[in-house]
Amino acid sequence: MTINKVLDAKGLACPMPIVKTKKAINELESEQVLEIHATDKGFKSDLTAWAKSGGHELLKHEEENDVLKFWIKKG
Amino acid sequence: MTVNTMTAKEVTEKVFNKEEIFILDVRNSSDFTDWKIEGENFDFLNVPYFDLLDGVERILDKVPTDKDVLVVCAKGRSSIMVAEMLSEAGLSVSSLEGGMNAWSEHLEPVKVGDLKGGGEIYQFVRIGKGCLSYMVVSNGEAAVIDATRMTNIYLEFANRIGAKITHVFDTHLHADHISGGRKLAEKTNATYWLPPKDATEVTFDYQSLEDGNEVAIGTTSINMHALYSPGHTIGSTSFIVDEKFLLTGDILFIDSIGRPDLAGLAEDWVGDLRESLYTRYKELSGELIVLPGHFTIIDELNADGSVSEKLSTLFETNHGLNIEDENAFRKLVTENLPSQPNAYQEIREINMGKIEQEIEKQREMEIGPNRCAVR
Repeated sequence: MTINKVLDAKGLACPMPIVKTKKAINELESEQVLEIHATDKGFKSDLTAWAKSGGHELLKHEEENDVLKFWIKKG
Repeated sequence: MTVNTMTAKEVTEKVFNKEEIFILDVRNSSDFTDWKIEGENFDFLNVPYFDLLDGVERILDKVPTDKDVLVVCAKGRSSIMVAEMLSEAGLSVSSLEGGMNAWSEHLEPVKVGDLKGGGEIYQFVRIGKGCLSYMVVSNGEAAVIDATRMTNIYLEFANRIGAKITHVFDTHLHADHISGGRKLAEKTNATYWLPPKDATEVTFDYQSLEDGNEVAIGTTSINMHALYSPGHTIGSTSFIVDEKFLLTGDILFIDSIGRPDLAGLAEDWVGDLRESLYTRYKELSGELIVLPGHFTIIDELNADGSVSEKLSTLFETNHGLNIEDENAFRKLVTENLPSQPNAYQEIREINMGKIEQEIEKQREMEIGPNRCAVR
């Protein structure tokens, strides 16, 4: 998987992780991949719903020492 | 730019007074569907905050201008953002301070009755989750029953009315919310009572609560009589306070009855549940005022916000108390049960003292509505 951009949203509280994710995605081309690191627990379900409504694909997610990691392909 | 805020207490007053508000809930739709603020005259619109980042124009015509509008999110930050955007668009709206977290943690004390010799009994309505806890006060002493983890609320309340908490009880080992009983007892040096059959795995010391125990509160001895009433859990115990109030824990509610499956033994406990409801409670005076451990729907609230009903009335109106056929009863309480409370296994382990969790995690575990009842 080629990662085109990495967004560090650790320590940020809702709504900032989504606001930053949206901004980062806007800067990518279609089919490019954004990797996101976050610590806000509520981010996971919000990101999943946001990606779905925006037509982006959540490729995978991992949890590592309380850090949530996501990979999103721009739609 | 600052936006107006509304506190959980102010929203609670609107629920009690059956006022109208329009709630714009900006959480994602699965969270909204799972659990939301409820009020008889509340209207709702659910649009996630992340669908409004580019602007609120598309919902402007859906937000009324003739009633209070409250923007709600999980923790109270996204709602500020959306409320600011709506304010800039010319609407007058408020944001719920602390979001659903604060809603879940708010307790509203309501006096439910007087006791002999100047004593009082208060019900603490956890409006967001439907949990009910109690404080029995007499001559400067207080007992707390089924305390939530927000122990400061009981401490401050007791302080304000000049009472010292001397006894703390849990009617059973809770699975839907984290008990504050042990912590409250530690902070006040009070005695912490638990039914031993629910406490076989607990990791701390407690006073064993047995059928027939009588505990006096205050010098005029308001009498709390323990009545063993298994069924929701094997240890579930009810209290008769001052020969007037019946605290039923999670055995009997206003419009529903307890579920026997949260400790994994529905089939084993259904007989106990029936025995408690149809025999033990039947032998009691119908004049007793039932004070349950939960309400399930907002319709169960009385005009003053309290949740109570005469036992004889419940024997007439509560469907769960009127199933003649034992097999039909067994079916009702073991089949088609509502989904189980969020994280209920882990909540039981916390209440047994087996694990500890930080406050943020405790909040997350308690997310969601009450699901202790079968209708």
